[in-house]
Amino acid sequence: MGQKVGRQSFRFNKPPVIAAAANIVGPMEGEGPLAAQFDWIMDDPLFGEPTWERAESKMLRESAKLALRKINWQPREIDFFLAGDLLNQIISANFAARGLDVPFLGLFGACSTFAEALMLGGMVIDGGFAARVLVASGSHHNTAERQFRFPIEQGVQRLPYAQWTVTGAGALALADQGGGPVITEGTAGKVVDLGISDVNNMGAAMAPAAADTLISHFQDLGRSPAEYDLILTGDLGTVGSAALKDLMKMQGYLLEGNYCDCGMLIYDLARQDVHAGGSGCGCSSVVFTGSIWKQLNEGRYRKVLLAATGALMSSTSSQQGETIPGIAHAVVVESPNLA
Amino acid sequence: MPTVVASSVAEKMIQRGGTGEVLLCFWRYRMEYKLNGVDKMSGITGSNEQQMEMAEYQELINRVRPKHNFLKNAILAFLVGGSICLIGQFILQIYTVQGLEQQQAQAATSATMVFLGAFLTGIGVYDRIGKFGGAGSIVPITGFANSIVAPAMEARREGFVFGIGAKMFTIAGPVLVYGFLISALIGISYFLLR
Repeated sequence: MGQKVGRQSFRFNKPPVIAAAANIVGPMEGEGPLAAQFDWIMDDPLFGEPTWERAESKMLRESAKLALRKINWQPREIDFFLAGDLLNQIISANFAARGLDVPFLGLFGACSTFAEALMLGGMVIDGGFAARVLVASGSHHNTAERQFRFPIEQGVQRLPYAQWTVTGAGALALADQGGGPVITEGTAGKVVDLGISDVNNMGAAMAPAAADTLISHFQDLGRSPAEYDLILTGDLGTVGSAALKDLMKMQGYLLEGNYCDCGMLIYDLARQDVHAGGSGCGCSSVVFTGSIWKQLNEGRYRKVLLAATGALMSSTSSQQGETIPGIAHAVVVESPNLA
Repeated sequence: MPTVVASSVAEKMIQRGGTGEVLLCFWRYRMEYKLNGVDKMSGITGSNEQQMEMAEYQELINRVRPKHNFLKNAILAFLVGGSICLIGQFILQIYTVQGLEQQQAQAATSATMVFLGAFLTGIGVYDRIGKFGGAGSIVPITGFANSIVAPAMEARREGFVFGIGAKMFTIAGPVLVYGFLISALIGISYFLLR
């Protein structure tokens, strides 16, 4: 059984293995710099469904099934399915689970859901409650715009610091044994709010939470940022990343060459007109399952810290003038060669 | 009685291209800006120390976040808005030449522009014009059509009653409410001061 380290962190005793990774992305993500890393690029954002909401749910379900197919697992062999998304009452994950016939635990951590699922999935396995766990999260640009902002055809200008919700879903198959990158440690985040209320500036709202979790992680485990090959935040975008670096610097932690943000990796920021970068539950999940998992598996990265960030507001709370609380969960994933 | 007066006064003002229309446009633009959540800075609670921290963080964000290019936006808005008005003027001329009286020609022009705005929204073009032209394409009557048709298109999947019927005015609704309110206030003032 694993152990708690410091105030917020924990270490697995027998690190759970990430046996397979799969993802599905939308057409725009398929034109981005990571196109070659994705398993399935949809031609049409509707994915053959009548509504965007159904398309989002189908992406989640299909990415989960694809992860299972890659290692020849049957759904009945899965002990738990942990998933979440951005929509009200996490309908995409609920509806995806409806088709899978697997014990399901729905999660909501906004865009941090992927790291939350990975962390909890690892805990369930290391705690001895399961041998095989499936985790997934996804988002869809059009459903998120509808729920949080404007109709798609509305002729409004996006602000220069707004982010673009990623259309995509990523899934990981976790096991108590076998080959693949392993989850060794993690830090559960606290809800942090530094008073940002601009719903167009999610990166700024989430950066303080990311800084809080990263600093707690380094303090709890007695680490420095330089000990990781890659420190990856979920979807801070250009504004949030800049703010995070500043906040970390004030506390004496330098994030330099080994730091990056999934929201800045998934799109070509100069060419794709996404302003400050990508966001959404799908952002960290497709970047991690697409690019990072492979590089860990091949040993090009040895130790990666993934800190997915979430903005915990609803459209009602924003309209009522509430500020936007943020959260970040961090997990350490190591290459199989090390463990 | 005052409401009748109000609407007739507003009508007269719009016919004269006067303040009524301008006010309506201002309110519409203001509401969309508000809905965009730009100029809200509230909900700050807690101790002085926390408030200081929040204020400092807001400063940090203001420093790192990209700025609007006001000049470029203003020029693009002027060009796009101007072009839309030019098209409107052109259509008005055609109707006038075809023999409609001025008042009828104006009404017909408005209807045509609303149709064009709705049509361009339907075929997925107006949002691109909006991205480029900003206020220039929001303020004219075509922008009003866009703000009604865009939510209606999405709400289609929720049915005709609680979908299209209810959600069509989520963005245009506040404009109408406060537009009517202001025209009523102007009408009452006009009635009393006349």
